[in-house]
Parts: sequence; structure tokens; C-alpha cells
Amino acid sequence: MKTEAESLLPLPPATFHILVALADEDRHGYAVIKDVEARTGGRLKLSAGTLYRSVDRMVQQGLIREIGSPLARNMDDERRRYYRITPFGREVAMAEARRLTQMLDLARAKGLAPRKA
Amino acid sequence: MRIYRLLLYLYPASFRAEYGEEMAAIFEAELRTTRGVARLALWFAVFHEVIMNAPAVHWDILKQDLRYTVRTLNRARGFALTAILVTALGVGANTAAFSVADFVLLRPLPFADPDALVRLCEGPREGGGWGCMNELSPANYRDFKASSSFEAMGAFTWSAVNLVGIGEPRRLESTPVTPEVLPLLGVQPVLGRVFLDRQEDRSAVVISYGLWQSQFASDRSVLGQTVRLNGVPHTVIGVMPPAFYFPNREIQLWTMLTFRDEDFADRTNNYIHGVARLRPGVTFEQSRSELVLIADRLARAYPDTNEETGISYFRMRDNMSPRFRLMLLALGGASLCLLLLTCANLANLLLVRAAGRERELAVRAALGAGRQRLMRQLVTESVVLTLLGGAVGLAVAAAGVPLFASLVPNTLPIATQPGVDLRVVAFAAMFTGLTAMGFGLFPAIRAGRRTGFDALREGARAGGGAKQRLRAVLVTVEVTMSVILLISSGLLIRAVWRVQAIDPGFVADSVLTLQTALPRPKYDNPVRRGQFYERVLAQVRALPGVRSAAFTSGLPMVMTGIITAVEIPGRETKSYRTEGVSHRWVTSQYFRTMGIPFHRGRDLDDSDTADRAWVAVISASFAEHYWPGQDPIGRTFGHQGSTRTVVGIVGDVRVRGLERTSEPQMYLPARQAPEEFPSSRDPKDLVIRHSGPDDALVAAVRQIVRAVDPEQPISEVRPLGDVLARETATRRGQLQVLGVFAVVAILLSAVGIYGLLAFTVAQRSQEIGVRLALGAEPARVGRMILADGMRLAVFGIVPGMLGAYLAARGMSALLFGVAPGDPATFATAVAVVLLMTLAGTLVPALRAVRMTPMSVLRAE
Repeated sequence: MKTEAESLLPLPPATFHILVALADEDRHGYAVIKDVEARTGGRLKLSAGTLYRSVDRMVQQGLIREIGSPLARNMDDERRRYYRITPFGREVAMAEARRLTQMLDLARAKGLAPRKA
Repeated sequence: MRIYRLLLYLYPASFRAEYGEEMAAIFEAELRTTRGVARLALWFAVFHEVIMNAPAVHWDILKQDLRYTVRTLNRARGFALTAILVTALGVGANTAAFSVADFVLLRPLPFADPDALVRLCEGPREGGGWGCMNELSPANYRDFKASSSFEAMGAFTWSAVNLVGIGEPRRLESTPVTPEVLPLLGVQPVLGRVFLDRQEDRSAVVISYGLWQSQFASDRSVLGQTVRLNGVPHTVIGVMPPAFYFPNREIQLWTMLTFRDEDFADRTNNYIHGVARLRPGVTFEQSRSELVLIADRLARAYPDTNEETGISYFRMRDNMSPRFRLMLLALGGASLCLLLLTCANLANLLLVRAAGRERELAVRAALGAGRQRLMRQLVTESVVLTLLGGAVGLAVAAAGVPLFASLVPNTLPIATQPGVDLRVVAFAAMFTGLTAMGFGLFPAIRAGRRTGFDALREGARAGGGAKQRLRAVLVTVEVTMSVILLISSGLLIRAVWRVQAIDPGFVADSVLTLQTALPRPKYDNPVRRGQFYERVLAQVRALPGVRSAAFTSGLPMVMTGIITAVEIPGRETKSYRTEGVSHRWVTSQYFRTMGIPFHRGRDLDDSDTADRAWVAVISASFAEHYWPGQDPIGRTFGHQGSTRTVVGIVGDVRVRGLERTSEPQMYLPARQAPEEFPSSRDPKDLVIRHSGPDDALVAAVRQIVRAVDPEQPISEVRPLGDVLARETATRRGQLQVLGVFAVVAILLSAVGIYGLLAFTVAQRSQEIGVRLALGAEPARVGRMILADGMRLAVFGIVPGMLGAYLAARGMSALLFGVAPGDPATFATAVAVVLLMTLAGTLVPALRAVRMTPMSVLRAE
């Protein structure tokens, strides 16, 4: 039997990146885009449409939820919406990471990827 | 920025409301950080992104809504099934009706550039009538052909041939055509070639695809084979494609029509039709003017023959009785009525359902679903229902189209019914869309407007006030439509009765008819023909069960032409065009067999041979026309060069059909025929009055004919009753369809009234309970519900009667003299609607009467 988290795998890349971006702190949409861009060294730049399309689905799937705009946040526009990863979202992200690791292990065993340092 | 916001409109409204501001903000932030080329690249990326993402978001939402729809409809299966069936009915009826109407009235004929194809005949100088009024003579044809308006003109005529050489001898309809005809239609043969203007093609034949299949087993080596047509060998040179019909769908083969010099001698030798293709750039009207000029010139040049000769000239497309157009339009109108009715019915269904779901929707709204989103969900549900209904409707249409077959005129070169093609599917889609808009969006908009706390507050008693009124209006519309349909069908039924009540002038019961057309030149010799008829007749009359039998040159209502002029001594002879007499060559026992009443004088008998005095029997109208108030017996008149004495008077027959006026008739003994005698006037139709089964008789007659001439086919075997029934077939076909519509309409309205009142009673149960508790009599409560129902009916009946009257005036040409406001029909229809209302009201009223205050309060 698959767990509920596993039934969502494999995750679309955008979804995984958004979960990773939200793993350490709550962010608003633009911050998510910037975080993904920074972490991938500019290789992946989510567009606003892709982001919110994913966000919409992820909210419905219960991976993330919207939280009230934190008043104390500096400078930013009030209308910004912040998102927070849910425990279920964390579980799904971990399951996806595990899946990717297993795939990587398989590739390593065949010499398709460099061995761990 | 404004451009970006406009772009956001590509996204679903709910998505835009949710994230639009955020996305705009992000875009603004990025715009701030870029300059020059980078900014251009950003714009490019944004366009690309929106175009890719917006449909994806739409699709996401659609998937969700569809899942949800399947779940909810599955929960309300009864509702879903009803909705689908009702849609299917409306869509199916309309798709079928409009497919046939499109097929008959609009679709281009299956020829190359068909709008340029025209037909030419002779007609009255003053015009009028439709189709080919009178055939052309070769001489007149040759003069019309000289017109500069046409790219090509050809001539054709009609003939029937006995095909011998392959299997059973068969009688086939054929069309001799001049070599111009087939090429100017622009249809290529699937096999071989068409006629060329050369000597050897005079004994060539082109066959239809159907004949190729049935008689030659689709054998490609048919080309070059020899078949015998009326005993004359012909070589098969071509096979036409399956959907090729010319001049109509009965024709199985084409032979070559040629003229000899003597054919041009007599300008009243009318037996051909003209067909032509307009020269590019020449309009129909221009060509008509030119032909009229030619006709005028001919009238001046040959006053003896052409003084009254004009043209009947029409587009090939228009060769049909105006009645077909009207009938199809009437059916189109009727099916639109039905569509409106089904839409009202569905809107009602959905309103009831929306009322039942208001709490669900309110809860969802309270949980954060936006109004846009809920509306979209409702629309998706309606669209799914209509699409399913439309799909079933398409099946209904496919099943229904054959019902309309009798409404496709056989004068057009098209098949008996349209195939189910893309256009039909397009019609179905169109009507489905109309239905969806008619009933789907409306409740959704209402529901969208109402989602809020008031819906939650209203509790189980949702859907009062305005919504009830709206439902009442919808039910009224249903009643109106059913009244229109009922009255229209009623009027048409009365019209059919009237037509059927017309005395055809003969008694069709127990008469069998069949044809033994003797081929020329084999039977050129009149003595040989006479022997054939005599031998067959003598043996048929000797068969058990046969009371009488006779041959005639044409059955009434089948052979409607053969009109000639007669010369009455002391009276100026007029042309057969203005004063024609329909004449038939018959053997003895003809009147007895046909049941034509004999008024006075003596019957024609076997002693009326060529060497005795030439005689005639005339119809009562003939006597009245030429010898008013005098005794015509013993008087003489001239006919085609011979002098005849009147020996008897018989009743008139509706030769041209039940609904048309016929010329006076005369009957001439088959043995007193002139030597030169066109084969179309041979007494080839055998009529037999008998008792017992037709099948046994046909078998016996077949054997007799085979014994007399083994190569002679018999054809057109049918009871005389069928000939009569054919006269009203179109009317009955139309009525059948309309009748089905009316019955469906009345059932749907009854359901509508029932549904509304049952709902009202349920809604008002508290009020009724209180009334009862306060001492109201149950009977009074029942009467109140009945009155509600009757009010709905009356509000629907009054506009319905008005609509029906207007519709009837529009189709008065179909009513055969039945008044558009025929009181009996209106009264009956109203009575039926009232009864229907009563039936629909009874159950809810009884339910109200049986209510007790206790039960109501407990339910609360």
C-alpha cells in the first residue's frame, strides 16, 4: 500500500522546489522565486504563472497553506501572501527526496553518476 | 503594467481574483530590475508564460469541476437521467428536422457548381406554377438552345425499359439524354465514360451505381457487355457514382437521345426537358429574360402552335412543390417549439435542483470558494449534462431522420434522406449549445447571486418568492408550446381527414394493379399487342377469385398527363393547353374493375373493334363542359383525326390527384387506336378486382404473363389502395412527426406542472399545516392547489392559442381549407391541456388534502 504522501510522487519539479524553498521559512511568492533562482544558480527561474498555478494546486493538496501576512515583515507590500509548508508537505518533500536518492543510487551503481565523496 | 493586467484576463476569473495582485506585483518587481534588451526579453518570457500557463490553469479547474460533477450527478442519478433524456429529445428532434430541411432546401445539389444548373420546359405564357409545366418539343428546344446565356444545354426525356439478358427480366426507369447532358452536370463516371456525339454511342448505355451492384454484382468487366433494352442490344460504356441521381433517384440507366429530322416538324410534339449550365457571369434572371424574348419571337413566328407557349424555367435546386418547403418550415417551427419547451423543462429541473443545493453552495462559499468558482462549477455541470444529452440527441436524430423520408421531394436529384454527416453533428452541437445557454447559465447566474448567508438562514424553505414565480413562468411557457403543437397537429389531422374524405372517383379496395409494358420495336405491330392483351386478360379473368380485370393506358394519380384537345362540331377548337381532355385507352370491364360509377349509356366492350364505329365514353364533367344541359349520348367529336361517337357517361375521376383539379376525361376502346401510336399510350396497366390474397394472385398472373411471353417482365405491382395512400403520404409523414412532438410536449408539460405543484405543496406544508390546525377544511386546501394548477394552465393556454392561430395562418396552404381558427380543433386542444393539468395537479392536491397538522410539525 502506498502512503498518501507517496501517491503524489513523483512531484513536478516546480512543486519540489517550492517545498524546498518553504522548508526553512515562510515566504511570499516573489521570495520563493528568488530562493529557487539562487539555489539553482539561476538555472531555474519560476515564472509567476507557473508558481501560482503550482501554489494553487499545492494548497488544495494540503502541501502548503497560506498564512496571514506577518505584520512585522519589513518593507514589503501588505497585500503579499505568505505560504508555509504543512507537516504533510514536509512528509511529501521527504518522500520525494528519498525517491530521488534511490534513483541516484541506482545510477551510481551503474557508474552513471560520480560516487559519493 | 496595464498590458500585463490585460494578459491576466486569460486566466480563469477565480484564479485571477486569488493571485492576480501577487503576480502583478512580482512582474512589477522584475520590471524594475531590468533595462533595455533584458526588459524586452522579460516581456517575451511573460507572453510565453501566460500563453502556456493560462490554459493549463483552466484545464486544472475543469478537471476538478468534472470530477466534482461526476460525483454529484452520480448522487442525483434520477435528476441527471431526466435532464439528459429531456435534452436528447429537444436536440434530437431539432437536429433531425433541420438536417432534413437543410438537405432539401439549402444544401447544394451533388453536381459541379450546381448553382449554375437550370431546367427548361414549356409553360403558360403568363407564367405561374412550379417545376416543369409542359415538355418541350424538339423544334422549340432547338430554338431555345441557340440562346447565348448558356455554356451548354442538353435535352432528356423519360422512358421505362425492359432489361433482358441478366437474370429475371426487369422493368427499369431510364432517361434518354443528349450527349451534352452528363458532361454539363460535371460528374465523372466511376467506370468507363459517358456518351460522345457519335454514331456508335446510339446503342450505348450508362448505368447507375445501384444497378451495377444489383444486376452486375459490381463486376468491373461490365464495360463492353451487351444488354437488351426493350429487345434492342446496347453496350454498357459507363457506370455513374453512387450518389448520382438524374433527373431523379428512380432512374437506373441512361441511353442516348437523338433527334431525326422529322422530330423537328411538329412544334406540339412535346416530350423532352431541357437542362443547361449558365455561362459564367450570366445571372439566372438575365438568362430568363433572353428565353422569354425567344418565346415571344416563336409565338409571333408560329402563332398556330406557339401562341400560348411560354417557358417554365427554374433553377435545378427549386424543382419541388412549394408545399414541401412549407411543410419543412412548419416542422422546423414545431421542433423549435419543442426545443423551447425542453429548455423550459430543463431550466425548471435545474432551478429545483439549485434550490435543493443552496445550502450546499452556501456552505462551500462560507468555506472560501469564490462566487466565480461556484458559478463555474455549476456551468460545468450544466455543460456536462447538455453534452451527454446532445450525444444521446444525436442518436435520437439518427433514428428520427427516416421518419422524415416522405418529406424529401422525389423531384430533386438527391437521395431519400441525408446521411449523418458533419453538418448533422454541427446542428446537434448548435442545438446543444442553445439548450445549454437556455437552461444552464440562467440558474447558475441566479445561484451565483444568491450565495451568501441569507441562503443559510433561509434553511429548508429555500426557493420561495421570486424563484417560484420564475418556475411558474417556465411552466407556462411549456403549456404555451404544447398548446401550439397540439393545435397545429390537430389542424393538420383535420386537413388529412379532409383530403382522405375526397372521393377519388373510383373504389380502390380489393383492386390489384401491375404493369406489363410491351417493348417496342418488338411489339410495333398493333395486332401482336392486341393478342398479348387478349390472351393475358382472358386467362386472368378465368382465375379463381377474380371478379373483373381490364387494361388501361394509365392509372389515375400515377399517369396524370396525356392531355389532348377535342374538336366539337360547331365550336371553335382551342389548344389542349387551355381546354384539355385527359384521355385513356382501355379494354372492356375497365369501369367495373375500377369501381367508376356508370351514369348512362353503354359500357365499352370487346365488340368495339377498329372496323366498327369508333366510340368513346366520357366523364360527367366532359359532358357538362361541351354539351351543357344536353344529352351527349350519340353526339360526335373529333379526336386526333378520327371521329368518335359518345356511347356512355361515367363519373369523374381525380386523375391528377386528390388535391388538384383534373381535366375532364374520356375513355377510348384500346382496339380503336390509330396505327401510329406512341408506346406511352399502350394499355399496359392491368387492374384486377378480386377477393382473396394479393400474393397468390400476383404469382398466378406472373405465370400467365410468362406463358404468353417469357421475356416480358411485370412491374409496379401494388394494390390500387397504395396509389391512393401515396396521395396523402407526405401529409401523413409530416403529421406523424408533429404528432410525436405534440405528445412529448404534453407529457413534458404535465411533468412540469406536477413538479412545480408538488414542490409548492412541499414548500407550503408548514403554512398548510397551520391552516389545517386553525380549522381550514382539507377540501378547501385541495381546491387552492387545483386553482394554482389551473391558473398556470390558463396563463399558458391563452398565448398558446394566439401562437397556434398565427402558426396556422402561416401554413394555411397546408390546411386544405380547414380554417386556421377551427373551433373544434382549438376546443379539443384546450380540453386536452386542461385534462393534462388536472392529471398533473391531482397528486399534489391530494397530498395537501391528506396532510395533518401533526405530520407537518413533526417534519419541521
